[in-house]
Amino acid sequence: MARLTVVVSQAQGRNPEKRKLEEEIITRLMLTRGIDVLVTPHFYDLNSESTAMLALQQIPGHAVVLSWMFPRAAHWLMDRNGVRGKLGTVLLGNDEDDEQEELEEAKASVEQPARVIDHRPVPDRYLYHIDLRSEKATDPFVEEVLRIQRESAVSVVSLGLGSLGTGEKTSAAKAPAAKGMIGLGASGVVSDVADFSVDVEDERISPEARERFSNPTADTALPLGPINDLLNGQPASEGLADGNGEATVERMTESAAKRRWYPVIDYSRCTNCMECIDFCLFGVYGVDTLDTILVDQPDNCRKGCPACSRVCPENAIMFPQHKTPAIAGSAEDSGGFKIDLSKLFGAPDEGKSAEEIAARERDEQLMLTGRQPLGMSGVKRRSKEATERDELDALMDQLDELDV
Amino acid sequence: MIDDSLFFMMGEYQAEIPVDRSYARNHMWGQLQADGRWRFGLSSYAVRLLQDVYFLDWEMDAPAAVSARQEIGAIESKKAESSLYAPIGGNLLQFNEVLMDDPSAINLDKYGAGWLLEIEGDGASLLSPQQYVSLLEDVWQETQRTIKGQLN
Repeated sequence: MARLTVVVSQAQGRNPEKRKLEEEIITRLMLTRGIDVLVTPHFYDLNSESTAMLALQQIPGHAVVLSWMFPRAAHWLMDRNGVRGKLGTVLLGNDEDDEQEELEEAKASVEQPARVIDHRPVPDRYLYHIDLRSEKATDPFVEEVLRIQRESAVSVVSLGLGSLGTGEKTSAAKAPAAKGMIGLGASGVVSDVADFSVDVEDERISPEARERFSNPTADTALPLGPINDLLNGQPASEGLADGNGEATVERMTESAAKRRWYPVIDYSRCTNCMECIDFCLFGVYGVDTLDTILVDQPDNCRKGCPACSRVCPENAIMFPQHKTPAIAGSAEDSGGFKIDLSKLFGAPDEGKSAEEIAARERDEQLMLTGRQPLGMSGVKRRSKEATERDELDALMDQLDELDV
Repeated sequence: MIDDSLFFMMGEYQAEIPVDRSYARNHMWGQLQADGRWRFGLSSYAVRLLQDVYFLDWEMDAPAAVSARQEIGAIESKKAESSLYAPIGGNLLQFNEVLMDDPSAINLDKYGAGWLLEIEGDGASLLSPQQYVSLLEDVWQETQRTIKGQLN
């Protein structure tokens, strides 16, 4: 049985309640056989070269990732830093199943544009992202980790057999397996994106998949991350051999990371339309050698500015630390976890559309850097309404009238 | 300062409004320092709405030019969160660095060590303590309704 890595990405700041929850979970997991716990600072703040990020990149197999972020944000943030895998299905904090599935089905019946993920092979292992905000108590988190441990112990076997070319869908990843996750099964292991060393003789790889490997069309040079030793049929790393051995805990929390602010792209939504690179005037976005959009210079980003996420037609751009759930990477536009007092504390009246808000936010940043505001120039208007107004908006309107 | 303070009743809670300073409409107090800069912090009304603050973040590095009501940061407590806005326009000289590691002074000493930032600018738009209490009387019902509306 393979060991399961559990990553605990600590909260920013020193909130005692959050730290207590983290430590209680760690303590409980230390009593569980077959688990390796890795504690890191909040990994949004980690540089891709930092020791803690390197440790994350070295995780050999399946991993559960506990962080103070929406799972979608955590997943694509790790993906960008070379910690890649398929999105495992987490039951905890996921109570919107039915509606969500119906929505997915409705979407599936409509012709969908190609997504970047369709052309980006994903290592054949699962990352299970759990939002530490989804429960207050320790038990539900520990129980979910144990459930995943049981599930992943089974799935290692089936993963090795692969299901290439069958068109089987992985609901969590929203992409047909045959299309987006080519040939990284038991022996089809990619070590370098620029040099696909895939065993094309492997009979499990479909002719289509082989063709794509031989003549890649829109592949990317984004990091592919380390390859799963276990699935590669190689001996597991030292210290990980005993799948049922006692738990280990490794802490990579030495560095007091500076708080950062930058966008994270969800490649299962991104269509590579380049709206963001056109809109952002601070050089955050770039393209790789194969013309795939990527967050190239994250630290060029203007702290607090989420404007590009508002102009993204697919809502693929997330700012994990933004207070609006839809921007921070919630699965869909769900309600926030907390009361937002911004209107009471002096939020200015915002424009009606997301584009107008984005233009205003961009102007603020341009002026802060001594540049000329541009207003709506260059901003495309989207056809669909950004958000539906609800009762809360009506309440807020009443507040506006009082000019709080 | 306690002796002369005004009070505003938020339900059972008595929000203290010291009279030795001015107030902004966004529920910050402002006090002119000896060197001419304005020091700002959150009023007891704001702190009561937030309750235990554990996260404070600024979106810019001081010094920086800010316009009134410009979004400059965010604050989060156990129960609520809010963006923070510049109370007046001017040159934002510094943030209270002590709060970055441990924002608890906002709760413990909101009118003293829990100050947030200092701005060099025109404080003409600020309200007197009496005017601020009048404002609170005007907005209290709406505030309650907003909070209840979000809780539902």
